[in-house]
This record gives sequence, C-alpha cells and structure tokens, in this order.
Amino acid sequence: MEKFEKFTGIVAGIDRPNIDTDAIIPKQYLKSIKRSGFGVNLFDAWRYLDPGEPGQDHSRRRINPDFVLNKDPFKDAQILLARENFACGSSREHAVWALLDFGIKAVIAPSFADIFYNNSFKNGLLPIALGSELVDQLFSELEGIEDCQLSIDLENQVVRNASGTEMAFEIEEFRKYCLLNGLDDIGLTMQYAETIKAFEQQYYQKLPWLK
Amino acid sequence: MAGKTLYDKIWELHEVRRDDDGTALLYIDRHLVHEVTSPQAFEGLEIAQRSLWRKRSILAVPDHNVPTTGLELGITDPVARLQVDTLNQNCDKYGLTEFKMGDVRQGIVHVIGPEQGATLPGMTVVCGDSHTSTHGAFAALAFGIGTSEVEHVMATQCLIQKKSKNMRVTVDGKVAEGITAKDIVLHIIGEIGTAGGTGCTIEFAGEAITNLSMEGRMTVCNMTIEAGARAGLIACDQTTLDYVRGRPFAPQDENWEQAITCWADLHSDPDAGFDREVVIDAQDIAPQVTWGTSPEMVCAVHQNIPDPAQEPDPIKAGGMQNALDYMGLKANTPLDQVFVDKIFIGSCTNSRIEDLRAAASVVKGRKVADSVKLALVVPGSGLIKQQAEDEGLDRIFIEAGFEWREPGCSMCLGMNADQLGSGERCASTSNRNFEGRQGQGGRTHLVSPAMAAAAAVKGHFTDVREL
Repeated sequence: MEKFEKFTGIVAGIDRPNIDTDAIIPKQYLKSIKRSGFGVNLFDAWRYLDPGEPGQDHSRRRINPDFVLNKDPFKDAQILLARENFACGSSREHAVWALLDFGIKAVIAPSFADIFYNNSFKNGLLPIALGSELVDQLFSELEGIEDCQLSIDLENQVVRNASGTEMAFEIEEFRKYCLLNGLDDIGLTMQYAETIKAFEQQYYQKLPWLK
Repeated sequence: MAGKTLYDKIWELHEVRRDDDGTALLYIDRHLVHEVTSPQAFEGLEIAQRSLWRKRSILAVPDHNVPTTGLELGITDPVARLQVDTLNQNCDKYGLTEFKMGDVRQGIVHVIGPEQGATLPGMTVVCGDSHTSTHGAFAALAFGIGTSEVEHVMATQCLIQKKSKNMRVTVDGKVAEGITAKDIVLHIIGEIGTAGGTGCTIEFAGEAITNLSMEGRMTVCNMTIEAGARAGLIACDQTTLDYVRGRPFAPQDENWEQAITCWADLHSDPDAGFDREVVIDAQDIAPQVTWGTSPEMVCAVHQNIPDPAQEPDPIKAGGMQNALDYMGLKANTPLDQVFVDKIFIGSCTNSRIEDLRAAASVVKGRKVADSVKLALVVPGSGLIKQQAEDEGLDRIFIEAGFEWREPGCSMCLGMNADQLGSGERCASTSNRNFEGRQGQGGRTHLVSPAMAAAAAVKGHFTDVREL
C-alpha cells in the first residue's frame, strides 16, 4: 500500500444521506475477479443514462450531464463530500476500489458505515468524519465556486480550506500510523504468529469440540 | 464489578492480544467464503506467497451468481462463470470444503452455515458479506468483512479489531397473531434508523425475541446491518440447542455435553451494563412494508406513505423526496393501494423452511393476481428445497402461479438473471430496498414472506391478517 501523503485536491459534493454501496458500485461489476478497473463504473447508475453492463465501451455510453463527477473540474476530484451514513449496505470492498480507481483519496462525511470505514484504511483511502455543521459549511462553500479545493493533512489531522481555515478530525492512532507508513496489516499481524499459536493451544484445550 | 454482556463474553474468549489503545487481535473460528468477495483475497495470498492458517475453519459455497433455472446448462454468463470457476479452483487447490453447484447442500452462505451446524454458539464467524450478522442468532459473534480482511483471516486466523459498543434492543411482550420476525426487525429499523446501531453490537432480547424460532431469530439478526450494526446477537437457550443438535458439523456425544455446559453461559449477566438501550413494545408492531430506498423508510401496511413536507429536518426531507421520486410514489398514498409487478420470496433474510411454509399457507388454494408479471420462490438451499418438496409446498406455489426455483441469492441483488426491469415494483422478502438493488430502475418494497404472498394474491399490498 502506498503511503498517504498530504495533498490538495478538488472537492466534489453529493448532497445525500445514506449513499449506499449499491449506488457506489452496482452489483453487475462485482463479478470481476480483479481489484482494478472499477473507476469508470463508480456511481454508475447516477453517472450514465443508459444501463451499465460489464465489458461495455464506456466512451460510447450516454453521460448524465447533471451528475457532479461528469462536470469540470469535478472529473478530477480527489475528495468526495457527502452526508450521514456514507457507504451503508454491503461489505463490498469494490466500493473503496472504485473510489480510489476514479482518483478519490479522501471522503468527508458526518458519519460512515462501519464496514466501509474499515475497508477504506486497508486500501489507503481516508474517510474523514467531520461534524454535521462543518459538513454543512463545506457544502455551502462548494456552492458557486467553480473549483473548490481542500488540503488534507493526515499527519496533523486537519482539513484546510483555501482561506486557510482548519478543521480538525479524529482518527485512531493505529489506523493513522498504518496509512502514513503504507503498512500491510497482514504483515503486522504475522509478527504475532507465535502469540496466535499459543492462544490456539489454550483455546482448543478449553473448547475441544472446535478443534 | 458489573456483569458482562454476551458480546463482552464472546469477545474476551477470542481476544488474542490487545494494545493499550484497545486495538486487538480477535481469533476467528468460522470463515464462510463465497465467490464474489474471495477471488482477490486468494490472489493476494498467492502474490505474497502466504499460506492459509487453518483450512478447516473455511466453508465455501457459490451463491450470489448462481442461476436459479436451467442448472443443466451451467452458468451461461461468462463473467459470472469465471467467478464461480475461480472459487472452485481456489477451493480445490487449497483443499477447502466447498458445496459446489449441483451439491444438494449448496445454497446461500448464511443459510447453509447454520443448516450444517457450521455456525455454533460462542463462535466468532466472519464472511465477506455484510449479512453475516445472521449467525448472531446462535449467540455467535458474526459480522461481515471486506476482501482485505478475508485475506487477513485466511493468512492469520485473526482480525485486527477494536471492540464496539454494547447496545440492547428489547422487544417486550408478545407480538400480535400474524406478526413475524421480519415485521419485528423492520419495525426496529424504522424506530432506530439505518445508522441507529453504527459502532455497536446489538443484542436482541425480550419475550418477543425469545419466542422466535431459530429461523425467525436469523431473520432479525440478518437485518442488524440494515440498522448500521455489524453484528447482532441473541442469547443461547433451549431453542438454540434443539436446532443445533445433530447437525453434520455440530459436536457429538461427549463433545456435545461439554459444549452445552459451556454454552449455558452465553447470555448477558443480569447486572451487565449497555451503552445504549432501546425498548420496544411488541404490541405496537403491525405488518411492515418499506416505501422508500432505505430500510428505515418503513410503515405499517395500513398507514399512508409519509410526506416530506411534514419532515422538519431538511436533509431527511430531501432524502425522502428523492426516495419517493425514485419509487414513483406520492406522499400520503395508502400503502395498501400500491400495486406490484413482481414478487420475490427468498434471500438470506427469508428463504428458510419456516418462511416458505408461511408464504405457502397464505397462497394455498389461491391464485397469483393477473396483474403480477412474475412471482418467484427461491429456497435458501438445496436441502430446504428438498424438504419443502417433501412437504408439498412446491405444489402449492406452482398451482397458485409461482415459479419454483433452484437455491441462491437470486433477486435479492440480481447478480444472476433474476432482476427487476426499470420501473418495475416488487414485494420482496429480501433485506435492501436501495436504488437499483434488484435491477437498474427497479423498485423494492421489503416485506415478510406472508405479506409478499398476500401481495401476490391481491396484486397490491394488503394486511395478510385480513386476507
């Protein structure tokens, strides 16, 4: 996993609560056995006017001109702004892969669904939970500005707007450490292989029917 | 010292180590695997040249992509076929237990785990599927994980986790005649909202819950994720033991005796503390129908569709209006005047034998309304299908005009050919009414099997108790 570096990027807002994982990446694309290539189908049903199927030539599809990610400069958005309970629904990690593949590196919302939140960190996507008032404020800042940019500074745990106003966010220490250093969870856990083996020994003695 | 909750107890039993900040390694007993969220995990293991820590913890089955008709043709969609073939190859390569297509034990992963006794009380159960919460009905800590975590469990038998909060939803008293587990859980979600349980493990308690069969308890725990909680739990009792005893993967003889002694402790202590408590009066629960695009958008069947103009929170009102627009519905319309095009009885929420019996008892001697284009029954597993046929349920459905299909996830998410067309409206016993969930432009109303059957007969929603 790549290290998460400080960056400044364009923000695209989707002003809806409860954006679910079926909306982020519809089921027909989950048939893929790969981790890549989901970006063109991010928000497929909102982004295109024709039905989406795997293997289509996307350059020939009918684009929904009203959808934010189809407009300039949001085609190049690196930050997504949304409302409560972002990415509720299924466990599909494809939702994270699709966002990343599109170019989104951070999502800002008042709250996230647990499984998506967890999946994000495993792939280097940063979910930032800000209070509803701050999210409100960011949505109003977006209005009328053609190119709203924010800086994301994970090290210092702040989101900074163009006028220099800082908004602090919380993140668990361990998750931050892994993201900043691009660490692979499995490698970290493997360091405890002996501890796991010792655990198993007492565990199966206690619960022999599970052995 | 305050007592422990059921969640506390299972967590402690499985905690391998913990850092000062609470980040822990949690040991996983059972890993259920299906074709959609596993290929990238197997590939990851291979690239990193890692082996599987405990192969016998894995039970694999294809379910999301499998067709429910014409099985003799195999899977005709080449993309779906590759995914199922990939699961088969991975399971063969590593020597994992898999119930392949054509095996009578094949079915929906959350149906076959309990059916086989592969889900046991006190276990930790994970699967790359959010409806893993189903298995909490067995007092097992069960939750959905992403593909990276699937790989993590395969390689280490553990997950990096932080303990979530303890929440309890108590449904006091008895439900009225004709009220099912699905109505209970939809009502709960309507009360606490789709993010009501975020960050929590929800224990369901109270007379209305303990009175449920294991099938009913699975329905309730299944939809815990729709309330935002990754895991739901119900204490172990005689109903649990009666269900588990004698199943193929369940402990036998001496092991059984030892196990049930240990399982007797799988309940929250009377003095246990919860971070959040919700109490619901069972008498308040009527047959439920969702009207929107989130499971919290739910009403009793005799109510009118709510009006966004009456909603004080502007974000919520906007969400409601979006939902009504998508669903093609008008505020203040009586729900029982809403007509449906298709009926789907199935999914990991409601495809077990009891669900099929409930639906069959409604349609027996009746016919599917002419206005209904398609009515499907998709049993949760090959064994359930067989049992239903032994009981003659298939005949009842077919004579009424239903199609009787082969097991799988089917129209719950429409990864196979079973889908809604754009604008089609469905009474569905599944778990999600999200936009496009059952097919692009499709409109889903979540209901119980009995209510779906009643809608099939009338052509519109109706209180099954008045049929």
